[in-house]
Order: sequence, then structure tokens, then C-alpha cells
Amino acid sequence: MLANYGLIGLFFIIVVLFSLVMVVTPIVLRYLKIVPNNPNPIKNSIFECGMETTGKTWVQFNFHYYFYALVFLAIDVLVVFLYPWATQLRELGLFSFFVVLILVFIVLVGYIYAWKKKVLEWK
Amino acid sequence: MGLTAAFWIMAVVAVVAALGVVFLRNVFRAALALVLCFITVAGLYITLSADFLAAVQILVYVGAISVLIILAIMMTREVQQGSPSNRMKLPAFIVAAVLLGIMIYTVTKTSWQIAAESPLTPTTAPLATKLFSESGFILPVEIAAMLILAAILGAIVIAREK
Repeated sequence: MLANYGLIGLFFIIVVLFSLVMVVTPIVLRYLKIVPNNPNPIKNSIFECGMETTGKTWVQFNFHYYFYALVFLAIDVLVVFLYPWATQLRELGLFSFFVVLILVFIVLVGYIYAWKKKVLEWK
Repeated sequence: MGLTAAFWIMAVVAVVAALGVVFLRNVFRAALALVLCFITVAGLYITLSADFLAAVQILVYVGAISVLIILAIMMTREVQQGSPSNRMKLPAFIVAAVLLGIMIYTVTKTSWQIAAESPLTPTTAPLATKLFSESGFILPVEIAAMLILAAILGAIVIAREK
């Protein structure tokens, strides 16, 4: 059981090592004078990161995103309840199905409220 | 052996990430450090054989709460210099140190009852039976749904005030 999670941990370690190697290798190569170092504006440009921004990069985003995040957080907590039920769906049977139906219905009232209050609309 | 090593690696990373949240000037980087802290706490839950709790930690904290925090940061104006030090630095440090001292004292002095049985793994199926079977905690589950509903309504009412 724990060994499976050990594999995830190993994966994390490999991810960190891989990204470190990717960053450190060019620096080391330049330090050892294997790679020549003559920078120019085109070489230093952010060629693989899309367009260069005009003005400030850290602009203020629309306030409306926050409602989506709030509703998403609440539905996410609902998923925490649905997940164990879904794994044991066959064993628990019809009774638990109605329990979950009531559960979803109660949370759905909040979703409908958000809908009716036009919180999810984009103006 | 491997478990102890994993625990210490994650404990050190969690503490370093938490210090990063406090000391980084750029609030966006502080939020990313907070996400790292949440992930390592999930790892610590796994070493304690609480795998469902770890999944919930990833799903709710890493998935949703960090999104909420980052969205809040996206609306602030001073991202790069958003967390300057101020006069409350020293009082906050003293309060945090006292709290840490009390917690360490309580944890080390309490005589914890340790169960003789080995912990259940995986925990998801027993949890489902406890929560949703006919002899389970049906009413608390529905009350929790009411709590989620109240949270949605309250959040919308508070956030809609212009």
C-alpha cells in the first residue's frame, strides 16, 4: 500500500531532479567554457513564452473570476463526499443512492441561487 | 527506514515552504510556497496511513483553496512588493513562538493512547460504509451538505456587495 505512494514520491524526486538538471546544465556548460557566451537581444528574448507584454505584466484581473472560484470550492467539498460513495457504489446499494441524491440536491440549491443571482454570467 | 526518510524530507520541505510563505516579498511566490506546503502535508498524511485524507488535502487545499488564494492575488495591485515587513513583525513573531512552544509542550507531554491494531488501508471503503450505509452517519452527512449550501450562499452574498 505504502509502496504505491513511494512510487509517487519517487516520481516527485525525479521531477525535481529533471527540472534542476535542465536549468543547471547550460550554466555548468557555460562555466566550463564549452558553450560560447555572446549574448544579443534576440538570444535573450523570451522566444518560447508567447508575446512580450505591453505595459505591466501584473494587471488586475476581473473581479468575476472570484465567484467561479468560490462556487468551485464548494462543489469541490461536495466531491469529497461523492468520491468514497462512488468507490463503494455496488456494496452500499439503493439506500445510499437516495442519501447522496438528497446531498447533491441540497448543494444544488446553492448552485441555482448563484445562477439566479446572475453570479455566473459574464458581463 | 524509507518511511522515516520520507517523513523527514517532507517535514523539512513543509517547514521551509511555510517560512517561504512568511518571508517572501512577492505574494504570488508566497502563494506557490503555500501550495508546496499543502502538498508536503498531504505526503505526511500518507505516511500516517490516512490516504483518503491525503487525497482530500490535494483535492481541496492544493486544488481549490490555492486557486482561490491565487485568484485573490490576481486582483491585487502590488504583487511584487505585496508583503512588506511592518511594525507588527515582532509581536507576531512572539505570538507565533509562544503558540509553537505550547503545541510542542502539549504534543510531547500528553500520554497518547496508541492502538495495538495496525491502521486500515485503504481508508476510502471503510469511510464510505461509515458515512453512507444504513447504520452510518446519514444525518451528519446531510448537515454537512447544509454547511456547504450555507457557505455558497454566504460567499455569494458577501462577495456581491459592491
